[in-house]
Amino acid sequence: MMDNSATFKFDGSIEGLLSAVFDSYYLKIYPQVLTREVAGSSLFDDDIYTVITDPMKAGRVWRALERRVSKRVLEVMVTSFLVETTDGNVALFRYIRSILDSRENVESDFSNHDAVNVLGNCRRVRGEAHRLLQFARFQKAADGTYFALMEPRYDVLPMCVEHFVDRFSDSSFVIYDRKRNYGFHYDGSDVRKMKFMHDNEHVLGGGLSDSCMDSDERFYQQLWRTYFQAIAIKERINPRKQRQDMPCRFWPFLTEMQ
Amino acid sequence: MLTNYCKYDCAYCINRRSNDIPRATLSVSEVVSVTMEFYRRNYIEGLFLSSGVVRDPDYTMERMVRIAKDLREKYKFNGYIHLKSIPGASRELVNAAGRYADRMSVNVEIPSEAKLKYLAPEKDHASVYRPMGFIKQGVLENREDRKRMVHVPRFVPAGQSTQMIVGASDDTDRTILTLSSALYSMPTMRRVYYSGYVAVNSYDSRLPALKQPPLVREHRLYQADWLMRFYKFRADEITDGGSPNLDLDIDPKMAWALRHPEQFPVDVNKAPYEMILRVPGIGVRSAMLILNARKFRKLNEEHLRKIGVVVKRAKYFLTCGELSIHNLREARPDVVRRQLTFDFGNDG
Repeated sequence: MMDNSATFKFDGSIEGLLSAVFDSYYLKIYPQVLTREVAGSSLFDDDIYTVITDPMKAGRVWRALERRVSKRVLEVMVTSFLVETTDGNVALFRYIRSILDSRENVESDFSNHDAVNVLGNCRRVRGEAHRLLQFARFQKAADGTYFALMEPRYDVLPMCVEHFVDRFSDSSFVIYDRKRNYGFHYDGSDVRKMKFMHDNEHVLGGGLSDSCMDSDERFYQQLWRTYFQAIAIKERINPRKQRQDMPCRFWPFLTEMQ
Repeated sequence: MLTNYCKYDCAYCINRRSNDIPRATLSVSEVVSVTMEFYRRNYIEGLFLSSGVVRDPDYTMERMVRIAKDLREKYKFNGYIHLKSIPGASRELVNAAGRYADRMSVNVEIPSEAKLKYLAPEKDHASVYRPMGFIKQGVLENREDRKRMVHVPRFVPAGQSTQMIVGASDDTDRTILTLSSALYSMPTMRRVYYSGYVAVNSYDSRLPALKQPPLVREHRLYQADWLMRFYKFRADEITDGGSPNLDLDIDPKMAWALRHPEQFPVDVNKAPYEMILRVPGIGVRSAMLILNARKFRKLNEEHLRKIGVVVKRAKYFLTCGELSIHNLREARPDVVRRQLTFDFGNDG
């Protein structure tokens, strides 16, 4: 039999997590762990309950939340989910439960560690999205499309596309997440999700190959590097601060750091 | 930078007239096209444009306005534009610039007027405060217009900023912060920047001989600036110690707390927001979280830690529930000070 030390296993989607909340009420079980996937079958299989994602169940939990918490908090929850860690999932699950369990509105009860953790995770994801906006570097292809390759820590590309659509207005671009192997293509009017073949040379090579580059591209890259070096103030160079504000993991994609 | 030609001879500036350095000027179209190319590649968020003064202020200002105008109207540039208004520029040109710029700024440069005239004989405070006034008026009038009419283009929507050079004159931190506070009381003034003087013209005996720019002092001034803007400190509180300058070893918030043991300990479960904010180790975010959380239960040290309070510093200044962790009055300010400077080195 399952007891309250049970583990719930779900498919890793937000609907899956909401279905898990529904099932935990239905089965009267409060799981201690909520994991995305459990490798193989283990001795403890008895304690693992597999949540079947059900849009109807997820919808009911979501509507219950909508009645109880502000829109801002709903957004925080969904954003925090993108950290994709077991601890993050558990914190979100427990935070949702605490809100639904309580008669009063406890969304801002920050003496509840889960609430603080969810807020912290949301900040982490938003921070990564912000970094992506700062550190995406586009290269111009011969056909006029701008191309940027990234490896963000979290799946934040969808949060960033609108920003670049605003920026490019009439010209087209591709922004691509090499870690998750998908991206977005904007053709000047519509955005669509896209995927390169796994052996795409631009993705593997970390940028456009020379033959596909616009003839001016190398020139502007060099111009930017020159500018970057020229505006640096020797007396104020502070490598530690630089690494804080512009972490090394972005450097392979930064024109000015090549 | 549009050009490094300049007709002025300000002692603290590398581009002063009497310096023998290579000079160059960019054309309007050069600045515009490089900006667009860099912006498209996401190298830059926008354009921050300043310039040396060629011929007269209006001649230079007019070219800067043309750049902003071309970017917005010809190239539909959506990014950020910051224009450094040239001191002495006419109201008409400032108003024209304001239609295209997100933010404008006029630099104070030297906090006291006597010292400014000493180091930059061709400038005075009027040449700074007049264009500041034009920008302010423009923004305020625009705000009124936008209330009454729908399609009024915005005027300098991100307000104005200014900058002071720190350490080129012997102005004290008290003078600097008093001026900042007066500037912040002016509607539309969003930021005052402090720029530690880099000794670029070491031959000029009017300037102090600095080996290094005063970066720690600059940092302390920014911390003090934050205290005024987000922590409800007044300028005269920040420098109410014996010295008119900030303590370089500890941050100004900690320094104030150590000078005022009578204000502590603060009870996190009861004290008003303003007092919670004054506890070293508690920031604006954690103060807000504390205020929310304490409606639900009495907070203890563990809660504070989780909320993000730096308990290591805060512990001398607060009580929560029964446990007053390390009361400042028992520990004595000088002992706490030694403890903290030992623990944190220069960073406070």
